[in-house]
Amino acid sequence: MANIPKDLKYTKTHEWVRVEGENVTTGVTDFAQSELSDIVYVDINTVGSTVSRNEPIGTIEAVKAVADMNAPVSGEVLEANTALQTEPAKVNQDPYGEGWIARLKLTKQEELDDLLDPAGYADLVKKSEHH
Amino acid sequence: MVEFAGYDMPVQFKGIIPEHNRVRTTVGVFDVSHMGRIEVRGSGAAGWLNRMTTNDVTALDTNQAQYSVMCYPDGGIVDDLVVYRLEDRWLLVVNGANNDKDTAWLEQHLEADVQLDNVTAEMAQLAVQGPKSEPVLEKVSSVDLAPIGFYWAAPGEVAGVRMLISRTGYTGEDGFELYFPPEAGDKVWDAVFEAGAGFDIEPIGLGARDTLRMEMKYALYGNDIDKTTNPIEAGLSFVTALDKQGGFIGCDALRRVREDKPKRRLVCLQMTGGGIPRPHYRIFAGDDEAGEVTSGTMSPSLGTGIAIGYVRRKHAKAGTELEIDIRGTKAAAVVVKPPFYKDGSRK
Repeated sequence: MANIPKDLKYTKTHEWVRVEGENVTTGVTDFAQSELSDIVYVDINTVGSTVSRNEPIGTIEAVKAVADMNAPVSGEVLEANTALQTEPAKVNQDPYGEGWIARLKLTKQEELDDLLDPAGYADLVKKSEHH
Repeated sequence: MVEFAGYDMPVQFKGIIPEHNRVRTTVGVFDVSHMGRIEVRGSGAAGWLNRMTTNDVTALDTNQAQYSVMCYPDGGIVDDLVVYRLEDRWLLVVNGANNDKDTAWLEQHLEADVQLDNVTAEMAQLAVQGPKSEPVLEKVSSVDLAPIGFYWAAPGEVAGVRMLISRTGYTGEDGFELYFPPEAGDKVWDAVFEAGAGFDIEPIGLGARDTLRMEMKYALYGNDIDKTTNPIEAGLSFVTALDKQGGFIGCDALRRVREDKPKRRLVCLQMTGGGIPRPHYRIFAGDDEAGEVTSGTMSPSLGTGIAIGYVRRKHAKAGTELEIDIRGTKAAAVVVKPPFYKDGSRK
């Protein structure tokens, strides 16, 4: 069973969000990293660029597939996790910690209300798991 | 787990890369019981199989195997398979996803003096692969494995279970495939893992099976070959005996392909910069579309992106510099001679 920390919010496309005042840190969930497995390359949008909710904020390449990482909320990219350039496997090893993807400055605070709580995301994962 | 050919199969156990490296360095075990297994018997079996498959089965001795292809009359590929000539019968090992289709195709062409039995459910199949597979299996095998050559087999016992042991595989490494009654699955699995403990033996999933075969340019049906591709352009001329006595289904069409030369060829492409190619990405020579990727991955052994794909014949020569459109960005690649991985322990 995938690890789903209680202090985070989630999207239907398997991103997590940690709210820190007007900023958020985001990454992909444990379920997402385990589905992708063996992440070998992470490409994140330029710092300073703006993204709208549900638009790609980066690309995650695993051995077997490539996936877009979507912005869970609209905002400005404050910081990208540059450590992933040399150690992309951190996303597999520690998806909620050292494997974080980006920090965003929120532009639409109200979008936070649309995110899933841990229980809601757990239901979604249960349905997504093959068996 | 994913559902594949009606079987629940693991994509990975520890991770694709560590499993890949396990097989390249010591030994790993794949449960490939999802493959289709079909037995053929009868006085007409040899002649019939020779018409159904592209390779020449009359070249086989007892307990010898050959890689082969079945074609439609237009030269398109029904499936690729391994044909074993055994003491009292023939064994065909086909792709799991094609098992029903292949069985129907064979039955449709069946002749009076040939008997066909699909024995998929009555036989398990384990692939023990890697440079240490022989020392591991030797500990639990009743027969001496050293004399079994590549693509040869021997009846014997492993852990006291009667089986067919063949030196075959889909990894580019030395290795064996074991065919035995499924009731003995646990017993054989446990004995092999006990024997392999000193070599860090591990189970290997479908993900590493795919990266291992791609590094060898072994074709995967549904990706690199299918009914719209023919064995000549797919680089399978070495198993297509166009001039054998009596011919085979698709022979006439394939002779014309040989005469006219194929319009495209399945080639190996290695990324020279970054980027990981994926199936259906387009291949360019300058502004001209040169072809399409059929399989692609990050190669764990080479550390670069690699692709298998069809390109027009004029772009197929080793050393040709091409580009692959990776989600809107053209990335540099070069045509290389197969296989990508040249240090395999395959006998």
